[in-house]
Amino acid sequence: MSKPPHVVTGDLEAPADTQQAKSTDIAAGQSERRSVHEVWVSGTEAPDEMRRFTDEGAQEMLADESEAVLAGQRGSIVVDDYIPGRESPEDEIQILNMGPQHPATHGVLRLHLELDGETIRRVKPIIGYLHTGMEKTAEALSFLQGPTNVTRMDYLSPLHNELCFSLATERLLGIEVPERANAIRVMMTELNRVASHLLWSATTGLDIGALSMMIYGWRERELVLAFFEKTTGLRMNHNYIRPGGVAADLPDGWEEDVAGIITGVRAGLRDYEDLLLDNPIFLERTKGVGVLAPEEIHAFGITGPLARASGIGYDVRRAFPYSGIEQYDFDVPVFDGGDVYDRFLVRFEEIRQSLRIVEQVKGAMPRGDYRSEDRKVTPPPRARIDQSMEALIHHFKIFTEGFKVPAGETYQAVESARGELGMYLVSDGGAKPWRLHVRGPSFAHVQALPAMLTDSLIADTIAALASADPVMGDVDR
Amino acid sequence: MSRIEAITAAVPAAVAADSLGQAVVRVPRESLPAVAAAARDAGFTMFLDLCAVDYLTRDPRFEVVVHLLAMDPPERVRLLAGVPGDDPIAPSITGVFAGADFYEREAFDLFGIGFSGHPDLTRLLLPDDWQGHPLRKDSPVGSVPVVFKAASDRTHETSVGSPSSGHHEPETAT
Repeated sequence: MSKPPHVVTGDLEAPADTQQAKSTDIAAGQSERRSVHEVWVSGTEAPDEMRRFTDEGAQEMLADESEAVLAGQRGSIVVDDYIPGRESPEDEIQILNMGPQHPATHGVLRLHLELDGETIRRVKPIIGYLHTGMEKTAEALSFLQGPTNVTRMDYLSPLHNELCFSLATERLLGIEVPERANAIRVMMTELNRVASHLLWSATTGLDIGALSMMIYGWRERELVLAFFEKTTGLRMNHNYIRPGGVAADLPDGWEEDVAGIITGVRAGLRDYEDLLLDNPIFLERTKGVGVLAPEEIHAFGITGPLARASGIGYDVRRAFPYSGIEQYDFDVPVFDGGDVYDRFLVRFEEIRQSLRIVEQVKGAMPRGDYRSEDRKVTPPPRARIDQSMEALIHHFKIFTEGFKVPAGETYQAVESARGELGMYLVSDGGAKPWRLHVRGPSFAHVQALPAMLTDSLIADTIAALASADPVMGDVDR
Repeated sequence: MSRIEAITAAVPAAVAADSLGQAVVRVPRESLPAVAAAARDAGFTMFLDLCAVDYLTRDPRFEVVVHLLAMDPPERVRLLAGVPGDDPIAPSITGVFAGADFYEREAFDLFGIGFSGHPDLTRLLLPDDWQGHPLRKDSPVGSVPVVFKAASDRTHETSVGSPSSGHHEPETAT
């Protein structure tokens, strides 16, 4: 390499070797340079000083010159399924922090990985980055305001959160909601499950390289979200299901919208299956990856699609029915593989079954009130306030101090899109919960990540993590 | 013999009760792992949830709540163990259900209940240097002191006396 003919270094025109000589005493050299020239040009620091802070020493190309390694590097042998022994020395373990800002962690999750080459030896999920103290907040909000809080926890299935909180409150109150309210609740939560599973298919497809799946999944989910916006006013964090019923009746023409969703998503599902399930790259990335054994499902309390992909046919809708969901026909899909591929199959089939429930609700929507007529719990219609003093008082009481809930504690669970969403609600007889504990399904699933990932390859982390479908708002609360 | 009866038969200190139609077993805190093991053997094989409640004026002040699930036929049970406020320690059930790990850490983090025998009892959701346990009833909302960087001398202090820093400049150019 030839030297440039002329190097301009500003006012400082010291020959290179003079600087080398001076650099033995760096501080003295610098102060001398400054005092002499009173101009300091960037890039003219003593080179030894720069090297001392940046140099990593001589780089060895081949630290291990054993025959097997050399042959592998030359390509003369093909190393298939390379898993080094457990007895790797301590200094060959590399620690990798994945997250909290990694795009494939689906939120602010940090995975502390100990790697031996490409193999994961230990995983430690580190959570709490999204902790906002929502259980504490719940103690400061009245039972009527509660759904606005819990809907923000699992933000991909907000209606399940609202339903769970409302059911727990109603159990403590000992009130029944009208038939129509139950049917609306079932329909909306099943549509929410469809939307959540579509989003999951889209993002998981994206994570493992099926970019078209991402576009298709978002497209069909949009149909559901548009209907939610029409019904509840919002695309997420609806505050639609409240203690006593739902906030508003279904909008005019809802049957056509729901029929459009059913046809649209069913057609989309066929596309996804054509796109993914026979694709060799997709099979390679998902078959036998992130396997959970049935014993691990029990020990870690894993529910929902993850459990049903591992052969555990537990579904809260079947085991402990709520909101009259037992009147509708649906199947609980169960697969035995326990891997990412079977989780795709379970979720695709669950979308079908949810659509089946929605279709039945649509065909037999009961007439009547959409919320309880108990004036101590639900506010009176606006028009009544102008006519009745009593209605005015009820309205005022409900929106200022809220309604009082008898003392007691209860555990209520619903089948959210991710599994068993449970709430342990304690009331001391006041208008605000004494304690609300939320058992988020994602929390249990994140805890079980080490069981899924230990001794697998680092590339499988993405697929296995995505297949668990963790929502960090549900984990950290 | 029902599953609940099997639990109370195995551990006589456990008392079965009913709360709004849900099965409850009250246990002294020291026999919590024994009751959890008995429940697992009675068929409650799935660990669902563990949380704590601070009743503040009651005695004992805290309550550790465990939810377990049995399959075929499906059944739930709730284990309740009182924990006194002046000695907030309960035995860990991680030896029975591995999944209790995060839940016990969460209860330790937010309530300050120590779980003896837990393999790694550290804070889970809050930073390691957090003071206090916010879900306790005597920890009010909005009482967290906020320190602004401009108000402290920390930046000045850390920049002095760190010769290993690569960006260390000589103090004076005299």
